[in-house]
Amino acid sequence: MKKLRTRKHTVVLNRSAGGDAGMTVFLVLLGAFMFLPMFYAIVQSLKPLDELLRFPPRFLVYNPTLKNYADLFRLMNTSWVPFSRYIFNTVLITVAGTGGNLIFGSLAAYVFAKMRFPGRQVMFQLVVYSLMFHSTVGAIASFIIMSTLGMVDTYWAMIIPSWGSTLGLYLMKNFMDTTVSDAVLESARLDGAKEFMIFLKIAMPMVKPAWLTLIVYSFQSLWNYGSTIYIYSEQLKTFNYAINQILAGGIVRSGAGAASGVVMMLVPVIVFLITQSNIIETMSTSGMKD
Amino acid sequence: MSEKTVATAKAPKKKAVSRKEMSKFAWMLREMKRNWIAYVMVAPFYLIFLMFTVLPVVLSIILSFTSFNMLEAPIWIGADNYIRLFLNDDIFIIAVQNTLIFAVVTGPGSYILSFLVAWFINELPPKIRAIVTLIFYAPSISGSIYTIWGIFFSGDSYGYVNGLLLELGFITSPIQWFNNADYIMPLCCVVALWTSLGTGFLSFIAGLQVVDKSLYEAGAVDGIKNRWQELWYITLPYMKNQLLFAAILTITGSFGFGGIVTALCGFPSTDYAGHTITHHLDDYGGQRFETGYASAIATVLFVIMIVSNWGVRKMISKVGQS
Repeated sequence: MKKLRTRKHTVVLNRSAGGDAGMTVFLVLLGAFMFLPMFYAIVQSLKPLDELLRFPPRFLVYNPTLKNYADLFRLMNTSWVPFSRYIFNTVLITVAGTGGNLIFGSLAAYVFAKMRFPGRQVMFQLVVYSLMFHSTVGAIASFIIMSTLGMVDTYWAMIIPSWGSTLGLYLMKNFMDTTVSDAVLESARLDGAKEFMIFLKIAMPMVKPAWLTLIVYSFQSLWNYGSTIYIYSEQLKTFNYAINQILAGGIVRSGAGAASGVVMMLVPVIVFLITQSNIIETMSTSGMKD
Repeated sequence: MSEKTVATAKAPKKKAVSRKEMSKFAWMLREMKRNWIAYVMVAPFYLIFLMFTVLPVVLSIILSFTSFNMLEAPIWIGADNYIRLFLNDDIFIIAVQNTLIFAVVTGPGSYILSFLVAWFINELPPKIRAIVTLIFYAPSISGSIYTIWGIFFSGDSYGYVNGLLLELGFITSPIQWFNNADYIMPLCCVVALWTSLGTGFLSFIAGLQVVDKSLYEAGAVDGIKNRWQELWYITLPYMKNQLLFAAILTITGSFGFGGIVTALCGFPSTDYAGHTITHHLDDYGGQRFETGYASAIATVLFVIMIVSNWGVRKMISKVGQS
């Protein structure tokens, strides 16, 4: 039995050595399975040409080189649509989409969490229901709506819908429910503060983990935006789309393909690494009530 | 109305009238006026949400009763699309079966896997826990990296799995993994599971962190014998909210793995072995421009998702009962 320190004294909890060993084996095996493809992408991106073309292929790299990353940058400027354009597009929609989602989403989260008005329940229930179906359900109808609004084949088709995305808002609303006290807001209201100023000066600084979470979620979905339902023009397409083309073309055996995959993957991973503790903190308040 | 106005005037101070003195509707109007700023603040988000999330579903349901090709005006044809779907479209039936198999394997699979991992790493030191979390969570946020599985299981002898099996003598010729109807579903399920430790997983980690530790001590005193009993009687009931939240996200996700099948097996997959409702939807909506028919497909998918969510919510509300 393992002793677990809780509070000020030590209690013996029910922990068997067999159970600990079993858990460790399970975690190591599953972890290896999860990590293998990422590891392979990194290894592949470091292989020099002769090792890439070797048959039978070898899993590990023997003479690692960064040449593939240099090639990737050269490739960026020579392909039909310059590769840097795809990256620009992804950065543009990510920044614009996340910015709008943060502003509109946190305003709405504040209203749902801290204001009382007719229709609040129904309106928020609709937001909750939206978490229960996948967006593919509405893809065709969305196309009709977007073409009516003249948004098809523009950046707006990728940016504006993300301003109405619900997951980050939902998490923030729950976080505000528990961390922002009504008494503080009420006293500010009695002092005659405008609701918008209360939101900006009192509520928002108290929910930093939640807005970081919203930013990360918005960032992740936009960074990985690769759908071409609403976009025809090659020069408006995204980095993820370009990478998919490279990967689908089987050029992944070439180092530049693997290098671009690694770049694509590392950015969200690093962002998550930095913000992880904030996201977990936000999630700890955010279940769904019966 | 006039009596009520008088009542307001009689009130000693200028405070809000009590609800009883007014009709429900008048009271609501008054409240709406008093809180107008709330509507202004929520409007930008809500209008976009209605426009691009709610309206598409409503429009799909309406269009599912029409014949529509995007060019000419839709014609009302009643339930004809649904009759055709369920009685005359064999591939749709295959798609429904595959979708359900996919969802039944990857939904609970990913849910249980997420929970087990979160539970197992819960007592690790925080630094190590953060790194382990990252390893398990990374596949769900790294875009198209799952196509690497296509290289591992590549159909020629360049594929690592084929190479290994050939070397060990289990097979004599390479297996066309992602083009063989027998292997498509199991392999795609594995890849889908690989990508599926996402937000639900994080929610579990967070939920486990906030369980009140003194409850475990009390439980040990009260005769809880092992960690499974501790899990069932203390931990799970305590984090019911996270269980429900993760369940909803997992179900929604388990119906959205069509992209993985297309990327690994191509479209259409061999013998429609990996054909899901999403593929059928893309086929009719995106390629054949039978928008009315595609809307019926979308509506069926929508109903399946909502019904499974409803069912799972019912199940989770039973957690912790003996």
